[in-house]
Amino acid sequence: MTRMTTPLTLSQLTKRYAQVTALSEVTLTVEPGQRVALLGHNGAGKSTLMKIVLGLIPHDGGEVRVMGAPPGSALARDATAYLPESVAFHPALTGREQIAHYLRLRGRPASGAADILARVGLADALDRRIGTYSKGMRQRVGLAQALIGDPRLLVLDEPTSGLDPVSRRDFYTLLDELAARGAAILLSSHALTEVEARTDLIAILSRGKLVAQGSITDLRARADLPLTIQITVAEGGEPAVRAAFPGAEFAGRGAQIWVPQTDKLAMLGRIAELGSHVADVDLFPPSLEDIYTQISRRDAA
Amino acid sequence: MMSRIFAIAAIEMRIALRNRWVAIAVAMMVLFSLVLSAAGSAPTGALGTDRLSVIVASLTSLAVYLVPLVALLMSFDAIAGEVERGTLPLLLTYPVSRTQIVLGKALAHLAVLAMALAAGYGVAAIAAIASDASALNGLPSLWRLFWSSLPLGAAFLGAGYTLSALARRPSGAAGLAIGLWLVAVVLWDLALLAAVVADDGGRFTTSFLPAALLTNPADAFRLYNLSASQATAAAAGLAGAANAIPPFAALASVLLWPLGGLAAAVLAFRRITP
Repeated sequence: MTRMTTPLTLSQLTKRYAQVTALSEVTLTVEPGQRVALLGHNGAGKSTLMKIVLGLIPHDGGEVRVMGAPPGSALARDATAYLPESVAFHPALTGREQIAHYLRLRGRPASGAADILARVGLADALDRRIGTYSKGMRQRVGLAQALIGDPRLLVLDEPTSGLDPVSRRDFYTLLDELAARGAAILLSSHALTEVEARTDLIAILSRGKLVAQGSITDLRARADLPLTIQITVAEGGEPAVRAAFPGAEFAGRGAQIWVPQTDKLAMLGRIAELGSHVADVDLFPPSLEDIYTQISRRDAA
Repeated sequence: MMSRIFAIAAIEMRIALRNRWVAIAVAMMVLFSLVLSAAGSAPTGALGTDRLSVIVASLTSLAVYLVPLVALLMSFDAIAGEVERGTLPLLLTYPVSRTQIVLGKALAHLAVLAMALAAGYGVAAIAAIASDASALNGLPSLWRLFWSSLPLGAAFLGAGYTLSALARRPSGAAGLAIGLWLVAVVLWDLALLAAVVADDGGRFTTSFLPAALLTNPADAFRLYNLSASQATAAAAGLAGAANAIPPFAALASVLLWPLGGLAAAVLAFRRITP
């Protein structure tokens, strides 16, 4: 098994629960070093997909390969780390004992527990019972156990829920380090703005179907949503701006106009022609929220 | 592979220590043993045996009730508790099989049981020997009682894990465990006793009763210890009626039940989809 084996391959993955199709012909790969964000509403099939990848539940159709092996096999389990959505531990154990246990289960020396907990910022809480931890601290213990043993594939279900903004930034820094060392990362999230900047590929699930897959740039082009141009009008410049852009919306000294991606440069040229009537210009590409709403609405219809 | 079983056993042992299970089990066994030693010492002279042998007969009756109870109390939460706390899905993504998880938990719980029994039986032995030097003659029976209590405990641990996996919620599992204890340890004997009385030495007593006693690990355990220690005189009721059962058959039943119980636990555990 070489290091370059594709960590995760899903082809035509299908899962049915009685009458409901939870996943329908999902095809997706995650390469070494790639960070893939799985987006979707609650019930879109994100957790189901992850549990199938982990071998926790069986699938009905298609093929799943983790490091070239079936999900749940010894080889797949050895190579995979998981952080469940609301991770839980026995409240009577301390952070150190819990991580030492997980180290032993992965065949690693238990003495490494303190180092791993220090990496997630829990060095001061090592010997306190997990029952006394805050939700954010428990989430960090969850993250710590996912770091054990240099996993080739990390499956992280809503990993930043319960973390404060600083912890979130630390978390993505850790993720970048892991990806730089060649780990493949599949994470789900509701916080679209944070995955926008921190992942290589975005996959959108809607009612069990993979409705879009690509980089944020690809998805922008695909959604074909207009850009927002925000003009700050100069003193006394409003009549000229109104005349030039009858469709603009005014609020105080600001004016907003929407243009298709392809007309962006032409529109900026027209704004430049207004000269001193315009004090400032800002350009906002459609956010992932907009794209996500557009794509999931359009494809689920 | 063994290292993963030991890892599970080590963490379960730590949890048992911290939840005071070890302390509770030890205290319970010591307390009951002391009460029995004090109460059971009076009629020794009449029976003509040493003091410890008489106490072993009493301890056997005690163990028939307490060992299954302690085993069920420790085991009912083992799988349902993991399901309810939400710790099971993560554990099952680790390179450890469900069989290893069950065996690891059983090893830890059996160790707790062994500690409690060693403390309880030990106290009884010390009390007997301190007041009667001939009580040393009873040590082999006490040792037999100790080691044969472990497969009895393992059988009920397996049954407890099975109920835990079937119920999937600790409250449901607790109810089932208490129900099983009542049926296997209390009602089973009462029903057989009633049947024996009604049958009055007929076919039921001669052909069905031995089989009915052997199918219950608690009864098999009692038969084995009482017949092997020749202390049947001190035992009443059913055991006296079942003199026909050879000790090796009772021993086989005591030793086979743990395998059946743990196998059932693994099968029930495998049916859980996290």
